[in-house]
Amino acid sequence: MNLLRLTGEHLLIVVVAVSIAIAAGVPLGTFAHRRRGAGGIALRITDAVQTIPSLAMFGFLIPLPFIGGIGARPAIVALVLYSLLPIVRSTLVGLQRVDPHVREAATAMGMTGRQLLMQIELPLATPAIVAGIRIAVVTAIGVATIAAAVGGGGLGTLIFRGVAMVDTRLILSGALPAALLALGADVVLTQVERHFARKRGEA
Amino acid sequence: MSVEYRDFTVTNRLDRLTLTIPDGERIAYLGRSGAGKTTALKAINGLVRATSGDLLVDGTSIASHDLVQLRRRIGYVMQQPALFPHRTVYENIATVPRLLQWPEDRTRAEVKALLQKLELPDFENRYPRVLSGGEQQRVAIARALIASPRLLLCDEPFSALDPIIRMELQTLLVETASDTTLVFVTHDFREALRIAGRIVFFDAGRVIADAATAAINVQQHPLVRRFREAAS
Repeated sequence: MNLLRLTGEHLLIVVVAVSIAIAAGVPLGTFAHRRRGAGGIALRITDAVQTIPSLAMFGFLIPLPFIGGIGARPAIVALVLYSLLPIVRSTLVGLQRVDPHVREAATAMGMTGRQLLMQIELPLATPAIVAGIRIAVVTAIGVATIAAAVGGGGLGTLIFRGVAMVDTRLILSGALPAALLALGADVVLTQVERHFARKRGEA
Repeated sequence: MSVEYRDFTVTNRLDRLTLTIPDGERIAYLGRSGAGKTTALKAINGLVRATSGDLLVDGTSIASHDLVQLRRRIGYVMQQPALFPHRTVYENIATVPRLLQWPEDRTRAEVKALLQKLELPDFENRYPRVLSGGEQQRVAIARALIASPRLLLCDEPFSALDPIIRMELQTLLVETASDTTLVFVTHDFREALRIAGRIVFFDAGRVIADAATAAINVQQHPLVRRFREAAS
């Protein structure tokens, strides 16, 4: 089994899924900030999704048409669902933490709601959003190992095969790189987060 | 810019305020916390809306103004400098010029000139977090004045500063905003005397005294007397 290919596959699934989750989650978090009612519902749904055990999630996805079945597609769908919550929530928290006086100053200077959001609120929320992305990526790297159960590929393939063959070395050859990926992603994204925090004048 | 309140009411904050501020006047709203002076101030740039009554800016009802456009022509300074922490001093001051789409070299030249006037030379590329409180407030003043507004609203801009810097900035503000209508909220009697030509006293959502600064000493309302005594 080609370790490099499986690692690449693993990363690809995670990157695609988290990218989709960012594209959906940041607007959702912004919406949740603007409209408390609808936003609360969106948060509760993503909250509920988060509580589904990952193996059960893949089970649910298998019979579904278009987004389900087996292979990389349901794996990505599951990872998107898991990544949504931390990103939506961190976007919301980041926006809520913007100093109300800063918001008032921007409004009083004649910024439209959109200018306020794009020029002031989202830039100031960036460190929090990156923190959410970090949590999403680390979680997704872990959950992606289970995607192998539905033929999603990635490092989980080695783990499941090792379990079936009672081969500890085979299990570790999948588990160790997966753990290292998660650790590496955490370290790198923590740095990115600090960089933004410094730039935003918080450090 | 002229301002006219007509029975302007905000539930529990302001009770049928009627007051006219002619173009070019420097007026102070004086009173204790919760007297309604900040509410009256924020009504002018539409941050606070009336429950009933009306407010005219330059003769036109605030309801008929395009608020976004109007706010770009009105300067606003509050107690907290509230600078944008992710933007440099230059970018902070350039906010309104950019909203008004000035050419960048005009903005650059005017920011430089204004920073000179406010005794902040070469501060363009610094971030707010490295500035002292007094410096931040001067940047906030520059940010409010850069597009030469004909109306400047100030909400206790100096009350968080030490007395020496406060006095310096009072002088600087009067010099820099000399041909602008000024509405200045404060609870400091001496500050009102130094800055304004007319003082309006607020108490519990109502105006209890309204006089030219020179005539304020003959006002016999008990609250005015207490303010006067506390300042002397």
